Amino acid sequence: MSKVTLDRVRKVYPNGVEAVRPSSFEIPHGELVVMVGPSGCGKSTLLRMVAGLEDITDGTLSIGDRVVNDVDPADRNIAMVFQNYALYPHMTVAKNMGYGLKNRGLPKAEIDAKVREAARMLNLSEYLDRRPSQLSGGQRQRVAMGRAIVRSPELFLFDEPLSNLDAKLRNQMRIEIRSLQRRLGVTAMYVTHDQVEAMTMADRIIVLNAGQIEQIGKPSEIYNRPASTFVASFMGAPPMNLLPASYNGNGHVALGDDLALPIQADADHAGEVQLGIRPEEVHLSDKGKTPFQLDLIEELGASRLLHGKLAGHEFTVNAPNDDAPLEGTLMLDLPQHALHLFHGETGRRL
Amino acid sequence: MADITDTTPAIIAAPASKPTRRIKWGLVGDHAILILGSLFMVVPVFLVFMTASHTPVTVHTEGMQWWLGDQLAENFHAAMFEKGGFTDTVDGMRMLMNSMILGIGFAVGKIIISMFAAYAIVYFRLKFATLAFWIIFTTLLLPLEVRILPSYEVIQGMGLTNTYTGLIVPLIASATGTFFFRQFFRSVPEELVEASRIDGAGPVKFFIDILIPLSRTMIAAIFIIMFVFGWNQYLWPTLITTEEGFFTLVRGIRQIVQTYTDSSIPEHGQAMALAIIAMLPPVLIVIFFQNWFVKGLTESDK
Repeated sequence: MSKVTLDRVRKVYPNGVEAVRPSSFEIPHGELVVMVGPSGCGKSTLLRMVAGLEDITDGTLSIGDRVVNDVDPADRNIAMVFQNYALYPHMTVAKNMGYGLKNRGLPKAEIDAKVREAARMLNLSEYLDRRPSQLSGGQRQRVAMGRAIVRSPELFLFDEPLSNLDAKLRNQMRIEIRSLQRRLGVTAMYVTHDQVEAMTMADRIIVLNAGQIEQIGKPSEIYNRPASTFVASFMGAPPMNLLPASYNGNGHVALGDDLALPIQADADHAGEVQLGIRPEEVHLSDKGKTPFQLDLIEELGASRLLHGKLAGHEFTVNAPNDDAPLEGTLMLDLPQHALHLFHGETGRRL
Repeated sequence: MADITDTTPAIIAAPASKPTRRIKWGLVGDHAILILGSLFMVVPVFLVFMTASHTPVTVHTEGMQWWLGDQLAENFHAAMFEKGGFTDTVDGMRMLMNSMILGIGFAVGKIIISMFAAYAIVYFRLKFATLAFWIIFTTLLLPLEVRILPSYEVIQGMGLTNTYTGLIVPLIASATGTFFFRQFFRSVPEELVEASRIDGAGPVKFFIDILIPLSRTMIAAIFIIMFVFGWNQYLWPTLITTEEGFFTLVRGIRQIVQTYTDSSIPEHGQAMALAIIAMLPPVLIVIFFQNWFVKGLTESDK
């Protein structure tokens, strides 16, 4: 079984910066895990440690049942797809894909067969004799994928593989990568800073911030029950509204002086809190009890974003798109399940 | 002119009756400078070629010649195949071969040494790598002429005078080459190194399979420079070789002019013919590799 296990893996650079704080998690066989976070959060460092391109300062990393801390990248039985594809510019597509196998000493005929098989899978068969410079961005991306596939690795590593593509191609490649990974049943780790990519592709998401794991969970868990204000604001577009409030400990959260909202009382913290509300879980309603001062409307086509103020704080509502003109003060319905409470200082979920 | 008429009919319509042919003086000036520059480069070569077709007597009495004489073939033949020199052992072909060995040995040696040095400096975490690089770089301040006595002393002590090794090896360490390759290697994306590491290519394989093919335009450029540099060496070969069998073309020219005894006239025509021959290989090398340059630049995106 090719599961991946990280046990208190930590990275400290020679200049003393702790890029990855001790992190532990396990990826079961065949799962695609997406590591997401803002730039500099340590997600790439983590991936590169798994690849063997960075030394592991502390902790143990195992692929399958083998501890690979000190194993050379070539012997870890992994394959990596880089952001800029990292194709060898002077080699043809076929040579690019077969180079790793050639170095392993496989016979020529076998390499050829594997390359053809992978090329067929990726619709690259007619490009095998071209150079990377003669291919489009999407095709290069596929060659990079092909190079990974022919090695039949235990683990795929993707380092922001789609960031160099335009938006349309990105959507298409996202689906291709996902279905390919499913079909091959190979465990995969995928790094991105794009939360849409994370949500759509992942079996599980690892959200990282400042070298620390904020939350690990299925996309739905991450979306529905964010573990911290960071996760809440990072995942989801437009981001979750976060309002400073105070919680009295017995079922009511107070926003400003004259607005109190009932909430399921399962929090054992009273005092300063952050109240999180997703823009799409709020409804405009004449029967609503919460006043919302509308400032600006953004048309998105399928829906529209209403920007304004709620109890004096910036607030966004994602409203369905009907052509009804809106202005002034509107009434909002805030269902109880839409309210998320976070600790006022630590930002952890209550 | 035709497509201008097509695209801007409005402008053409009005002044069609009186075509204004104004001379653009700026353009004339540019061309004058370029033409003068070309003449400045080409006329001496032309003079040498023309003079090579005259008898020594004509040249000796009338100086350089502007028009073709009748001795062209004779002079070239004599320059290339007639044994000359003090010992009558060396002809033009021999000198041409010696020059070739020197030029190619120089260029190839310099490329190999400086690629190795740059590879070590850029890709390996050596202690003091930067320091080592700057030490190599400062040797630019110490050209051969400065260290010629100690260099000679060492070569002479090793018994390498009058050998090709002695001619070539002391000069192949190249700060310029190391510097160019270092700059180039640093521009090779880091991911290529990492991809090839994952592909199981060790340092040697990476160097041979990836880095050398990527550097081929760079190698071509340095080859041109270093070949011409080696080809034109005069001082060092003069010092290190005394046997005429090791003479290069550049030295041979002087030898021909010098070999008059008493009243005989130096073979000016032959010397000029030899000069033409000495000019050809560098020109051919540049033309040949220039083609490569363009290819390398347009074919790959690195």
